[in-house]
Amino acid sequence: MQKRQIYLLPALLFTFLWCLPVLCLAEEEIPESASQNQKCLKCHGQRFYFYHNEFVGKEVKDRMNPYFLIDSAQYYKSNHRSFVCTDCHSSDYRNFPHDGNLRMEPKFNCLDCHGGDETYAHFHFEKIEEEFLASVHSTKHSEDFTCWMCHNPHSYRISARNNENIGEVIVYDNDICLSCHANIEKYQLLTNLTNPNVLVTHEWLPNQALHFSKVRCIECHTEVDRDILVAHKVQEKEKAVRKCVECHSQNSLLMATLYKFESVEKRSSLGFFNATILGEHYIIGANRNYYLNVVSFIVFGLTFIGIIIHAILRFINK
Amino acid sequence: MEEKLYLYPVWLRIWHWINGLFFLILLFTGLSLQYSSVEYPLIRFDIAVSFHNISGIILTIGFIMFLIGNKFTKNGKFYRINWSIILIELIKQFRYYTWGIFKHEKSPFPINTERKFNPLQKISYVGAMYILMPILIISGFGLIFPELLPGRVFQISGIHLTGLIHIIAGFALSVFMLIHIYFCTIGKTPTSNFKSMINGWH
Ligand code: HEC
Ligand code: HEC
Ligand code: HEC
Ligand code: HEC
Ligand code: HEC
Ligand code: HEC
Ligand code: HEC
Ligand code: HEM
Repeated sequence: MQKRQIYLLPALLFTFLWCLPVLCLAEEEIPESASQNQKCLKCHGQRFYFYHNEFVGKEVKDRMNPYFLIDSAQYYKSNHRSFVCTDCHSSDYRNFPHDGNLRMEPKFNCLDCHGGDETYAHFHFEKIEEEFLASVHSTKHSEDFTCWMCHNPHSYRISARNNENIGEVIVYDNDICLSCHANIEKYQLLTNLTNPNVLVTHEWLPNQALHFSKVRCIECHTEVDRDILVAHKVQEKEKAVRKCVECHSQNSLLMATLYKFESVEKRSSLGFFNATILGEHYIIGANRNYYLNVVSFIVFGLTFIGIIIHAILRFINK
Repeated sequence: MEEKLYLYPVWLRIWHWINGLFFLILLFTGLSLQYSSVEYPLIRFDIAVSFHNISGIILTIGFIMFLIGNKFTKNGKFYRINWSIILIELIKQFRYYTWGIFKHEKSPFPINTERKFNPLQKISYVGAMYILMPILIISGFGLIFPELLPGRVFQISGIHLTGLIHIIAGFALSVFMLIHIYFCTIGKTPTSNFKSMINGWH
């Protein structure tokens, strides 16, 4: 009996591995909305689009406005991939040329759909909105600065919550900020200020390239919030984290922000403090080793005692 | 007593005091970085980083000076170890330090122009200068230029491994320095060795 079970094991494993690609595919599956969206994406997914000009009676080829281009690959990876374009946009957009008045249509807000919904309670949408409304972005630009400015309606997907590759999360989240702070055109949609180069304004930070690839902008620029995963209150630059020890110390703020999701264990079995960080990083001051500390104290102590005894004996026998 | 020996040439003395001074700076800034904390900052973190980096670079220049000096002057010969007899010599010297010295015995390896160091000094100086210092310096430069380090080695990040090696080597050298300074008080008088390292004459 037992023997037979052992034979069963590889068989099971084999079937599992065999099914794996299928299972993965299922997750990335292109939703039903795709065929409907294709009607829009045949123009909005391409650099060139075609339409029939009834006046002159011929096919016209034209360039798509690059700001109206939608990357369909990104779209079908996004949170709202199951949506049809016309769930958010007026169904009158099915007609071309689009009615000029359509551009006046009000857009949905995140809270219009997610507000008060139990399913999304763990995201704390209301709390996020509250923080956002108190942020510099919202207070200085009121209505013009919406959630969509950071959460691109056609590509936004949650990362920090479900991506285990911290490096990717950092790049994804920083790209959100850099989409304005390194792009004057989007920035000046909201202000006439000239966009100060973030590389220059952060010159005080040593190993800048390393820091920008290992921490997110929001680590330093938002007020830490214990309740929500991604703090949203971007503060005035005067309030940004500047003290190195806020990260480079045993109670590193990174444990409350970037590594919040995983920071259950403070000290790993090998004795490293803040060991969750270690998978990807080594942060001076935050990753001390407990056993190394103990050993070094003991060795130092013994050396000291040895020296003192030797010195006393020398003195006595002088 | 015996005639005076000129054992510490000028370049060696300059190197040694630069080395000692900057090693101490590195030790204090290094400790402050390793045990950094928000509540009890020993030295402000960014200042500690700058001082540590600059001192490390000066220490390295000094170390290269030491290597060149030992290569091209007679001083290098004091660092050559005769492996076939070193063990017996070490035991003799060890017995002297733990026993003979209290009984006012004569040092088993008195200093002369052919032998500046006793075997224990020799082995610890060679260990410190030719093994620990290179490890410390190379790992230190790895941390200044982290982009040159391997991404990961056996599951842990290259920077982390380098950091550990650096801290262990620095710690070992600090212990060496403590013992070293103490043993330098074992001379004709407790201060005579320090005077020698200043004026060159033993
Ligand atoms: C035949 C090509 C074509 C098709 C099909 C098409 N569009 Fe457009 N769309 C355009 C062009 C060209 C523009 C820019 C000029 C304009 O506003 O008319 C545009 C503009 C838009 C805008 C921006 C309006 C503004 O000014 O802010 C939206 C939103 C839009 N389309 C949505 C859709 C949706 C949704 C669909 C599918 C139901 C769709 N479009 C189908 C060509 C097309
Ligand atoms: C989750 C809701 C949502 C869905 C689904 C959606 N859009 Fe949008 N779309 C928006 C919002 C909101 C804006 C305005 C963005 C802004 O103000 O920055 C917008 C803007 C646009 C624009 C104008 C360009 C711009 O970025 O301002 C075009 C073109 C467009 N959408 C086309 C589409 C097409 C085509 C689809 C389907 C493939 C689609 N949208 C699906 C919410 C949505
Ligand atoms: C038109 C209604 C609508 C709007 C507007 C809308 N959402 Fe959604 N959102 C949904 C629905 C419905 C789902 C579930 C989609 C699914 O499961 O396929 C969803 C899914 C999500 C998810 C993923 C939940 C999960 O567990 O994967 C997040 C996060 C999210 N939305 C955030 C936002 C944010 C942020 C905004 C505003 C920038 C926003 N949504 C705007 C309706 C909306
Ligand atoms: C200044 C840019 C910015 C603005 C404005 C903004 N967000 Fe975010 N938001 C982010 C970033 C960055 C993340 C992290 C994305 C990730 O890694 O999942 C995020 C994540 C989220 C998440 C996912 C959090 C989780 O627990 O996984 C939700 C929900 C969300 N935002 C809602 C909102 C809502 C609602 C608004 C408007 C009231 C808004 N955001 C405005 C930048 C912004
Ligand atoms: C849609 C464009 C846009 C995005 C995306 C954006 N910002 Fe901004 N940000 C601005 C503009 C515009 C200002 C200028 C505000 C002003 O002074 O009028 C600004 C100002 C700031 C300031 C300076 C406030 C001050 O005191 O001068 C900080 C800090 C900041 N943003 C951080 C961030 C961070 C962090 C992110 C990413 C989470 C981000 N921004 C994403 C447009 C953006
Ligand atoms: C280590 C912490 C830290 C990180 C990471 C960081 N910042 Fe900053 N940032 C600061 C501090 C501190 C200031 C204030 C500088 C000053 O007062 O000159 C600042 C200033 C700014 C300003 C205002 C510049 C000005 O002078 O108007 C902007 C905009 C900004 N940061 C955006 C970003 C963006 C975008 C990122 C991510 C790519 C980022 N920051 C990452 C700490 C940080
Ligand atoms: C927001 C958190 C944060 C702040 C604030 C911060 N650092 Fe860092 N620092 C990090 C992280 C994360 C790393 C990268 C560790 C790694 O390589 O994985 C790092 C790396 C470094 C390194 C490179 C270490 C190496 O291995 O070579 C130096 C040097 C450094 N920081 C100095 C500073 C100084 C000086 C300040 C203050 C001016 C500062 N940091 C502020 C998070 C921070
Ligand atoms: C600041 C603290 C220090 C003091 C007070 C000190 C003192 C001395 C003295 C008095 C001597 C001469 C006696 C002898 O030759 O043994 C000496 C030699 C020596 N010291 Fe130090 N030292 C210090 C730090 C260091 C450090 C940090 C190192 C190495 C990392 C070091 C390496 C050496 C070496 C290699 C010699 C022998 C040099 C030679 O003669 O070739 N010292 N030291």
